[in-house]
Amino acid sequence: MHALPAPLADWFAAQGWDLHPHQMAMLGRAGAASTLLIAPTGGGKTLAGFLPSLCEISQNPVPGLHTLYISPLKALTADIRRNLRRPVEGAGLPIRIEDRTGDTTYTQRRRQRADPPHILLTTPESLALLLSYEDAPRIFQGLQRVVVDEIHALAESKRGDQLMLSLARLCNLSPNLRRVGLSATVEDPPALARFLGPDTAILQADPGPDPDITMIETEAAPPWSGGGGRYAIPAILNEISRHQTTLIFHNTRAQAEIFFHHLWLANTDDLPIGIHHGSLSREQRERVEQAMTEGKLRAVVCTGSLDLGIDWGDVDLVIQVGAPKNIKRLVQRIGRANHRYNAPSKALLVPANRFEVVECLAALQAVKAHALDGEPRGPGRRDVLCQHILATASSGPFDADTLYAEVITAGPYSTLTRPDFDACLDFAATGGYALRAYDRWQRLLLRNGKWQLRDPRSAAVIRQNLGTIIDTETLKVRLRGRAIPLGEIEESFAASLTPGDTFLIGGEVVRYEKLSELTVEVSRSPGRDPKVAVFSGTKFATSTQLSARILDILQQPRWPELPRHTAEWLTLQREVSRLPAPDRLLLESFPHDGREHLCIYGFAGRNAQQTLGLLLTKRMEETGLAPLGFVATDHATLIWGLDPVTDPAPLFDLPRLREGLGSWLQGNAVMKRTFRNSAIIAGLIERSHQGRRKSGRQATFSSDILYDTLRKYDPGHLMLQITREEALRGLVDFARIEEMLARIGPRIDLVRLPGLSPLSAPLFLEPGKVPVEGKGRERLAEDAARALLRAAGLD
Amino acid sequence: MPHAFTLGPADLIARPSGALHWPALELLCVSDLHLGKSERLARRGGSLLPPYETQETLARLDDEITATGARRVVCLGDSFDDLAAAERLDEAARLWLIRLMAGREWLWVEGNHDPGPADLGGSHHGALHLPPLTFRHEGGGEGFEVSGHFHPKARLAGQSHPCFLTDGRRLILPAFGAYTGGLRLEAPALQGLMGAGARAILTGRRCLVIPMPRS
Repeated sequence: MHALPAPLADWFAAQGWDLHPHQMAMLGRAGAASTLLIAPTGGGKTLAGFLPSLCEISQNPVPGLHTLYISPLKALTADIRRNLRRPVEGAGLPIRIEDRTGDTTYTQRRRQRADPPHILLTTPESLALLLSYEDAPRIFQGLQRVVVDEIHALAESKRGDQLMLSLARLCNLSPNLRRVGLSATVEDPPALARFLGPDTAILQADPGPDPDITMIETEAAPPWSGGGGRYAIPAILNEISRHQTTLIFHNTRAQAEIFFHHLWLANTDDLPIGIHHGSLSREQRERVEQAMTEGKLRAVVCTGSLDLGIDWGDVDLVIQVGAPKNIKRLVQRIGRANHRYNAPSKALLVPANRFEVVECLAALQAVKAHALDGEPRGPGRRDVLCQHILATASSGPFDADTLYAEVITAGPYSTLTRPDFDACLDFAATGGYALRAYDRWQRLLLRNGKWQLRDPRSAAVIRQNLGTIIDTETLKVRLRGRAIPLGEIEESFAASLTPGDTFLIGGEVVRYEKLSELTVEVSRSPGRDPKVAVFSGTKFATSTQLSARILDILQQPRWPELPRHTAEWLTLQREVSRLPAPDRLLLESFPHDGREHLCIYGFAGRNAQQTLGLLLTKRMEETGLAPLGFVATDHATLIWGLDPVTDPAPLFDLPRLREGLGSWLQGNAVMKRTFRNSAIIAGLIERSHQGRRKSGRQATFSSDILYDTLRKYDPGHLMLQITREEALRGLVDFARIEEMLARIGPRIDLVRLPGLSPLSAPLFLEPGKVPVEGKGRERLAEDAARALLRAAGLD
Repeated sequence: MPHAFTLGPADLIARPSGALHWPALELLCVSDLHLGKSERLARRGGSLLPPYETQETLARLDDEITATGARRVVCLGDSFDDLAAAERLDEAARLWLIRLMAGREWLWVEGNHDPGPADLGGSHHGALHLPPLTFRHEGGGEGFEVSGHFHPKARLAGQSHPCFLTDGRRLILPAFGAYTGGLRLEAPALQGLMGAGARAILTGRRCLVIPMPRS
């Protein structure tokens, strides 16, 4: 147990600060090898993580790196540095604290390597880079503690895999290293503890009082379908004016943009309101963050970009627009309100459509029951391991046995087999091709029992390629004649624009003028109905647990806790057809508008329902049922075609679905995108190649070509295995289809109706209809070509 | 479906593969094969790309020669990713090329990547005059001209296609090689070379013609 150094204790006393029990407990556990602290937002987690370091360094201020702090956000490292300097400078402690991120200057970074500070604040990517230098052993030899902040967020992505591989390396360089993970509330603390490393003890802080969370009540009923929550704008403006500062979370960037646009039009009191999301330019985002810190904004419309980050003490209301999809994230978002320990957070749910009313009720019940959800994270990804092997070679020759032993000490890789490790090593060294073409030009060579770079100069390329965050190809958007960009849009969206089209960005309607030097030039075009910008923000699927709760609610005989409009809608569905049940699969078949329809209430989440749509239409095509298209939501898939389905059982035959998945997956665009990301991470494609596009010269060829080539000539290649694995876990989500089929067993109910049912009606209004692939695409291109020729008078 | 068009007095056919067929001369022309590209990248310490592009490109060329029954083949420059790549061509690929060349007139036009003769037979040319057309790697000369070099590609209905580009006097071929990127039609280099009324002939399952977008 460390006692606080007297100057620090005095300084805390002068501020009127008392340490929380979990902060004291962290001091008590200072000597422990590995600790996971779980505390609610606003609980002073970060200080708890640093206290033992402040004690140890001030008692024994030897030069050299003592503590490494890792945060998922660059912005957070700068913020923590400022916050930490207050007590350190206030108490006059002899502790040097610096941050190091991609934004740190070259000179500063050089100096930090030569003369590291006591406490270095950095990101997983900057740490991986530091470890790839030859002098890494010297920099880290005296390291005592590593503090991983927001570890729950890092654990959700490949950044977590990379970080844990880096920590395994660090433990080898400094055997006395102690680990601390700081996390928000999570559903499975032991799993997160295993992720952090073996023998991790869990410290649970007092979770604080339950949040004050309700569903919004509005005059207008929510619409039948769609997202965005426009109908609730008057009620939301009213809430904003009644609170100090409100955060309004949306699930997608596009929805945040549309909502902000309409909120602004309705904002007759001129309340200062800002918008913040990942596609806005850094300048724009920083301006909003600054205004927020200074208390100048009454509300910020935002997305996941504000899930983590700076503590804003003045936020007293969080509004979630659209179904929360995931209870854990909802709880973490709610925690953004009232960043004061021991005060309840206040939150308001705004269902965007009629069905989401039910989902919001399910979420409310889950939050009250403290039932968090989450999918198990699965083992560490092999593309990240390939990158780690190359990075390790950049820092110096290594022995394969030693590296394998080190890698399996990383939580995510504890079950990695030696053959899997060897396959990754072979990929890094030779490319891993069936045709051993690179004997002369291997990337890594075995010399005197150690693997090393064939060409030491390639270390520079490997370093440039480090990191697991892959940007989508985007283009900057700029007002004509202005230098500062408004933000970025995806290249594919830009390609769909023709001059005169309008879209929303940063809350403004802009008109597309032209593409110049890979910048989209726009002009302001107020008051016109915009085409919506398509952003790359992930579409989350409703979690398994939340879906299960919704199904349970649907079984109730009556729904007193639901608003009348929604209760009546469900009652009508029960009269006209049936309500979906947890252990059965409800199918509705009906004619509508000259087409036959099949509605499948699978409740498997958006991605799985989408995949189900693709697989079922493929099977229907094969059996001559002439499907024309489908649309999927989190709870259902609606397929339309020429003939009715009368015998559904063969359609849901699992082995056949699996077989269909195998052949469908291969040529699929999702697979190509997944391949590209993994290929960049694994070092097959150089990140710098992407940038070359920007020079306006001939672009390097698309990764799709590599994917097609591998499929044709080397179908067993490691990169294809990785791609398949990734796609199945992510966008394809076949696991949820299997789960659904296991849940329903043979209990499939096909209800034939004369027309559409109350529950299926909203699906007709859903955007994102998918035409079934056939001759359609070709005909589209031909029509487009003909129209262009005609327009040019070349017909 | 191929697309027939004229360049001056010559009747030509653009093939969906990106090859050009000149039936009157029983001639097939392909540009920018970039054979040996993956080997060259690896040699320079870069990525170890799937080493199958030479195989893939030759298979496509083989198919085109069979489909057109060409007696003459013009490779319009950048046939090899560099001259060393030509020398290091693996044995199977070399034999395949030789088999394709057997019994045909084979004309190598030099490009910026392969500015010299490769040790492979056939005849080697800086520029090739087959009246009324002139074949050179990089366009910009006089007369009715067929060239490559730029790897033009066009976007249509949200998809990118390698394409032929012609204004009636000049014709630019798409790259035929498997590992080749492309240059958008909006690029100044292509805009400058093409006169009024230029059209792009898109490759893919079938050839589609669109007017060249002008900036």
